Amino acid sequence: MTAPLLTPGIAAGRLPSEAITRNFADAHPRLGAHEAVVAADRCYFCHDAPCVTACPTAIDIPLFIRQIQTGLPEAAARTILSQNILGGMCARVCPTETLCEGACVREAAEGQPVEIGRLQRYATDALMAAGPQPFARAPQTGRRVAVVGAGPAGLACAHRLATHGHDVTIFEARPKPGGLNEYGIAAYKTPGGFAQAEVDWLLAIGGITVETGRALGAGLTLDELREGFDAVFLGVGLGAVNALGAEGEGLPGVRDAVEFIAELRQSDDLSALPVGRRVVVIGGGMTAVDAAAQSRLLGAEDVTIVYRRGRERMSASLWEQEQALARGVTIRCNARPLRVVGEGAARGVEFAYTEEGPDGLRDAGETFTLPADQVFKAIGQCFAPGAGMSLEMAGGKIAVDAVGRTSVAGVWAGGDCAAGGDDLTVTAVAQGRDAAESIHGALAG
Amino acid sequence: MADLRSEFVGIRSPNPFWLASAPPTDKKINVERAFRAGWGGVVWKTLGLDPHCVNVNGPRYGVVYGADRRVLGLNNIELITDRPLDVNLREIKEVKRDWPDRAMVVSLMVPCDEASWKTILPMVEETGADGVELNFGCPHGMSERGMGSAVGQVPEYIEMVARWCKQSTRMPVIVKLTPNVTDIRQPARAALKGGADAVSLINTVNSITSVNLDDFSPEPSIDGKGSHGGYCGPAVKPIALNMVAEIARDAELAGLPISGIGGVTTWRDAAEFMALGAGNVQVCTAAMTYGFKVVQEMISGLETWMDAKSHARLADIVGRAVPNVTDWKHLNLNYVTKARIDQDACIKCGRCFAACEDTSHQAIWMKPGRVFEVNDAECVACNLCVDVCPVADCITMERLPAGAVDPRTGRTVSDDHADWTTHPNNPSRVAAE
Ligand SMILES: Cc1cc2nc3c(=O)[nH]c(=O)nc-3n(C[C@H](O)[C@H](O)[C@H](O)COP(=O)(O)OP(=O)(O)OC[C@H]3O[C@@H](n4cnc5c(N)ncnc54)[C@H](O)[C@@H]3O)c2cc1C
Ligand SMILES: Cc1cc2nc3c(=O)[nH]c(=O)nc-3n(C[C@H](O)[C@H](O)[C@H](O)COP(=O)(O)O)c2cc1C
Ligand code: SF4
Repeated sequence: MTAPLLTPGIAAGRLPSEAITRNFADAHPRLGAHEAVVAADRCYFCHDAPCVTACPTAIDIPLFIRQIQTGLPEAAARTILSQNILGGMCARVCPTETLCEGACVREAAEGQPVEIGRLQRYATDALMAAGPQPFARAPQTGRRVAVVGAGPAGLACAHRLATHGHDVTIFEARPKPGGLNEYGIAAYKTPGGFAQAEVDWLLAIGGITVETGRALGAGLTLDELREGFDAVFLGVGLGAVNALGAEGEGLPGVRDAVEFIAELRQSDDLSALPVGRRVVVIGGGMTAVDAAAQSRLLGAEDVTIVYRRGRERMSASLWEQEQALARGVTIRCNARPLRVVGEGAARGVEFAYTEEGPDGLRDAGETFTLPADQVFKAIGQCFAPGAGMSLEMAGGKIAVDAVGRTSVAGVWAGGDCAAGGDDLTVTAVAQGRDAAESIHGALAG
Repeated sequence: MADLRSEFVGIRSPNPFWLASAPPTDKKINVERAFRAGWGGVVWKTLGLDPHCVNVNGPRYGVVYGADRRVLGLNNIELITDRPLDVNLREIKEVKRDWPDRAMVVSLMVPCDEASWKTILPMVEETGADGVELNFGCPHGMSERGMGSAVGQVPEYIEMVARWCKQSTRMPVIVKLTPNVTDIRQPARAALKGGADAVSLINTVNSITSVNLDDFSPEPSIDGKGSHGGYCGPAVKPIALNMVAEIARDAELAGLPISGIGGVTTWRDAAEFMALGAGNVQVCTAAMTYGFKVVQEMISGLETWMDAKSHARLADIVGRAVPNVTDWKHLNLNYVTKARIDQDACIKCGRCFAACEDTSHQAIWMKPGRVFEVNDAECVACNLCVDVCPVADCITMERLPAGAVDPRTGRTVSDDHADWTTHPNNPSRVAAE
């Protein structure tokens, strides 16, 4: 019998379950009380702080850090959550190196920013451990708002509407709320069932009903929602995955990375989750990095990310790339897939070398083949407009103005499905929150 | 290599770093460890007459922290030694015998009557100690019993006790002063009049470091109650430096040796005390915070600095800053400077802007891209921006040369000295010749 690690093809149980548990443990555990105060002491309390400008939800970072410093992490958490109700998740998943921490003046001073993300987690964890979400509802207005999609955008929108006294119904296609917090984010960033715990905590404000298994487009139309509610917010995310357009894409063993990740996130026994011995991931974003890294953590022997342009063009941040490299992933750049090869199942992928020319990317004239039992497609997701959604689009997404108004009166949108965002959890939260304020203004007016 | 050997009122020690009278010097085992680590001398923890004192059995220290729990200030409610007199005297004698090259000064505090002082002095003399220090400084506990700072706050008592002591011992007498007075020169003058050989200062400052907000007890809390303690450590250094300078530049006190105490933590602090006129320094909190090994940094730092500046011996630095300590009225009003921000060093935190805009003279512009620049037409040269900038040397003060026009006042800068004594706004100015 071969060792499980060397089992050919796609197989479960490549690593003993203790090893898997260890691999998927909290990647950046909560700071201890002493660590937090030491980290907080480094904040300069900048004037008009650049980190605040860099945060899509504009959390008052110097203020919350000073609150930690003075021994009140729960007050710090209120500062955070009043701007960003998913501050707990954002503390775990934000690419802080390109957001707040990237703007920290201590990054300029000594290449070592204040650990804003971990301090944010320290504060929000303290508050969440201490009790319920701290916001109260304004007196009920009798107004009703439909929110479609229970991802970060929809949840942030619903919570803010609820605080203003409106009643919210969230229609969610999947069996569980949370969106990609629940089905997408890398498991080691948010272990211990945090995503659902956070949703439960958030919903405890009251006034929000979640109807799961209810998809817009499947027995529910936008017109019905417009009729039945005073306003509608669309936070449906990106439902479709870009196709590779390469020969052999249909062979068994070729799969969408997001689907694999969703299965991984929903698995309660990761040692039962099959993964290839040799894995090739095609793409250059967060999804590619997460699919690759988690394949390694499940026990894949060889995992290679192949990206068509240069390293600096990958949309996964440098830090994310380094996390993947540290977990034993290989990153190859400047190559595009020509075909998946194999008889009855994928056995490899043939790539063409590429180079950046004056009129864009072109083939450099040489090819190579990587062996692969499993191929993950992670070349981006796109918006899938549901039936009956006749909204104006921009760049393949729903066109919105600065506060999330779509081309249709009474309909707002935000998060990944709306044009202009960064496809990050934190921007989804910001847009959901801002749309809620706009809706609130419209309902009051 | 600079020569750090020190002679203070005739007492020799291999370096000017003595441990102040306090827990680090309260028994043989500590003092020997201190000498092994390199300390030049000690002032033994204050002795009193038997029956010996007792201390509280709960916490006796309070603290003030800076960033990362760095101790900036310590406060204590400890009394003088709580061991029998004969035990201390025996140990002092043993240590002096085994470490003849180190300074051994014995701190004393007995009731304010001649008989008490005349009883204890011969006992100390018998140990072979090099000198005595009269503790007129302890501000808590002992002062309630008419000793310590209760004596140090009454110049007549200081003079009287100093005189008794000088009459009954051949040992040099150092008078340790309390800072809990309004004019430190008065007790120093009294000590000199009484015949004291030197003064040492400062002892601790009356203080409450914090209040427990759960039970509303001052810290350190003894069963829910607290009493004021004595404050020491880096936080008191500026107070101590000023008091040392006040004595050093007082004409009536000219030549009176000073042992500098209060917040000495590094070689640099020691050099500053000595530049302001201290012949040596005494250290307590730094040793209590970091252990005896800190003296090695102090010794090597002082040596390195003296070598770099070609100061061969301590006499070359003692008192060098004293002539530069003057009264405000003599400061040159024609010395005009402006803040300058080094754009390459600037990390764009904006603290200078917040400080100047909110609390000073609205003299810093915040330009697009977080570029901070000084508006010379408003800058009064207060230095606040320099002080709050987290980057050393990023903001500096540049002197306007003579002949330049200060855009704030429109006046041409002169290189003549002009001060308040001759300023037209001064109603009691002396007419310029
Ligand atoms: C693998 C992966 C890893 C990522 N990692 C990070 C990360 O580390 N950090 C980060 O900041 N961002 C990360 N992102 C991006 C981030 O998850 C998204 O930007 C964010 O979740 C967008 O929020 P949303 O609410 O717009 O959409 P989603 O989170 O996608 O939520 C949309 C919700 O709408 C529901 N829905 C869709 N269609 C319908 C319908 N027709 N009717 C009803 N409900 C519907 C969906 O089921 C879903 O619950 C990652 C994304 C992926 C795919
Ligand atoms: C716990 C403690 C006890 C002290 N006891 C005495 C004492 O018995 N006699 C004395 O003259 N000074 C005593 N002092 C004062 C110190 O000798 C010294 O003057 C003061 O701490 C300032 O120096 P520093 O800032 O280096 O600590 C004590 C200080 C502390 C912290
Ligand atoms: S020196 Fe004072 S007045 Fe001048 S720029 Fe700095 S803070 Fe403002």
